[in-house]
Amino acid sequence: MKARVFVTLKPGVLDPQGKAIHHALEGLGFGGVQDVRAGKLIELDLADDTSDDEIADMCRKLLANTVIENFRIERLADA
Amino acid sequence: MKSAVLVFPGSNCDRDLAVAIEQVTGRAPAMVWHRDSELPDGTDFIAIPGGFSYGDYLRSGAMAARSPIMGAVAEAANRGVPVLGICNGFQVLTEAGLLPGALMRNAGLHFVCRSVGLTVENSQSIFTSTYQSGEDISIPVAHHDGNFQADAETLDRLEGEGRVAFRYTGDVNGSARSIAGILNGQGNVLGMMPHPERALETAHGNTDGRRLFEGLLEAVA
Repeated sequence: MKARVFVTLKPGVLDPQGKAIHHALEGLGFGGVQDVRAGKLIELDLADDTSDDEIADMCRKLLANTVIENFRIERLADA
Repeated sequence: MKSAVLVFPGSNCDRDLAVAIEQVTGRAPAMVWHRDSELPDGTDFIAIPGGFSYGDYLRSGAMAARSPIMGAVAEAANRGVPVLGICNGFQVLTEAGLLPGALMRNAGLHFVCRSVGLTVENSQSIFTSTYQSGEDISIPVAHHDGNFQADAETLDRLEGEGRVAFRYTGDVNGSARSIAGILNGQGNVLGMMPHPERALETAHGNTDGRRLFEGLLEAVA
């Protein structure tokens, strides 16, 4: 079973990397970009009986720093 | 004083820190590998060095904070043993939950490597007793992720409880309220981005960092 964990900065937390990407996009001539936030995608290959709680526990204990980051888990049905 | 310096894969200030501790205390620290699960008996000072533990993978300090030795460090910290985390060591302490907040990418995105001005905010701690409150000192920084952030309530608490040990005199990395170093509630854990071990002798430019180790020696010995 595969799962994806999306780790994103909490709203309001300044994202210097997102800001730099934003500036670079503008430099390439892309108008209309209003904001950019950069995050992480972590792909997990898991035993089939891994529970949602267990994945959330992995996020809280290591994959995300919940002081500054949120996480979202997406289970992939068939992969 | 019986000191221990932790060593993670990717630590690179561990030897400088050991030299500093030996010069000031007269006793070489034990170098403790991250896979160990116990500190040497009678350890009365733990130092977590700068560097790039685990290549800064995932987040700076994230992997190191979960390594076997950190259980022993947390236990010692709870018993009141002084713990000093410098640069990556500060990142490890926040990731381990021994200090609040988080250290994010510098606001200017640049790696900052230079001497910076600091104001000593609290001279009552075991780490800062040789300084005067409000004194300006100069200590080098060298980091990419030194932008200290915490929610407003945590920042207010840190300020209210006198737990801001050092503040930058100018903008260095975008840190909330220019915070350069903080103490835990008990006052025995200090995390700081500047490197006191790099301001130890006159050849370094100044000896403002040496006084931190001297004060600690006085407090512990």
